Amino acid sequence: MEAYINLFIKSVFIENMALSFFLGMCTFIAVSKKIETAVGLGIAVVIVQTLTVPANNLIYTYLLKEDALTWAGIHGVDLSFIALMACIGVIAAIVQILEMVLDRFFPALYNALGIFLPLITVNCAILAGSLFMIERDYNFKESVVYGIGSGFGWALAITAMAGVREKLKYSDVPPGLRGLGITFITAGLMAMGFMAFSGIQL
Amino acid sequence: MELTDENKKVLVEPLVENNPITLQVLGICSALAVTSQLSTALIMSLALTTVTAFSSAGIAFVRNHVPSSIRIIAQMVIIASLVIVVDQLLKAFAYEISKQLSVFVGLIITNCIVMGRAEAYAMKNPPWESFLDGIGNGLGYSLILVTVAVIRELFGSGKLLGIDVFPLIKDGGWYVPNGLLLLPPSAFFLIGLIIWAVRTWKPKQVEKADFSIQPAHGAVHGEAH
Repeated sequence: MEAYINLFIKSVFIENMALSFFLGMCTFIAVSKKIETAVGLGIAVVIVQTLTVPANNLIYTYLLKEDALTWAGIHGVDLSFIALMACIGVIAAIVQILEMVLDRFFPALYNALGIFLPLITVNCAILAGSLFMIERDYNFKESVVYGIGSGFGWALAITAMAGVREKLKYSDVPPGLRGLGITFITAGLMAMGFMAFSGIQL
Repeated sequence: MELTDENKKVLVEPLVENNPITLQVLGICSALAVTSQLSTALIMSLALTTVTAFSSAGIAFVRNHVPSSIRIIAQMVIIASLVIVVDQLLKAFAYEISKQLSVFVGLIITNCIVMGRAEAYAMKNPPWESFLDGIGNGLGYSLILVTVAVIRELFGSGKLLGIDVFPLIKDGGWYVPNGLLLLPPSAFFLIGLIIWAVRTWKPKQVEKADFSIQPAHGAVHGEAH
């Protein structure tokens, strides 16, 4: 149990997807102008990440890894080179299914998330979650925890960023730095803040 | 093949005028993550430029045969296949660097420059122009990446491509390395400053302010009270 809590804390704070690996930066910068939209996108990312990382874990372990097809009586096959293609396919499919399910059963949530759901397919934080999972050899349980943790960490970062930017628009920024430039600098300062978590072990 | 003026414009414009990173806000993730050393930045630039150029050309080639409802999937398949090729090549010929780049080569698939150019340019233009557009945008990306990487590696560890440039104080030289530059936040600061520099040079790119500060009474005529 302790190991899982440790992994969760690590994926939320110490190895924050947005602020220490710079993943999902494009959306992070583009969609962080308002707190409400940032929260909506954050929730969507948590849901998708929680579903895709374990799903990709199962697919990788039972279909693609070296000798993974032994259960089907096929030996010595290593399909790990198409893991990239499989991951992105699974992500696109899950996002599509999630969109249809939400539309059918939770119209309110569907409307709230709106455009953000399809956008998530090309959010690199999602794909990176699966790729890190493969690279670090997480087992199924760890991948569930890692999925929730990394999604939550990203959501936390974008919400905090949106909070800062809502205040920032009233400030007097030099013309050349306005908009994108100051956002980068702010993100840099936030990343420095998150570095304070490094080295924490539970 | 001869380059027409139009071709040259497509090739050169993304370098500064319409840079994918500083103006279009595309492909930032990898720009920040792989720039702590020049060698990884160079390999990453090369990989991304190749993928963008060939995927744009490939997508432009099939653009009239793909129904628009499944175009994203079609683009994804083309891009993903190219990325897998690049990934495997790197693993075969530059194993050390591919280990350092870790997942970031794979992440070229979701790099918004590739998708962005596919959607915005390659779907509407013939293959050769799209190819050049891909090269141009790849170079624009590379320009920022290499600039940031040179600053980070040179001032952060006193080296360039692993060769000592500034002798470090701990080896009896005179240079005290700036450790912050090797840490993630410095990449944000550097890109922020590059954007500032570019926009001071090209004021057209400055964004409009959401609010302007009302000058205080009396200060309107330039006199302070």
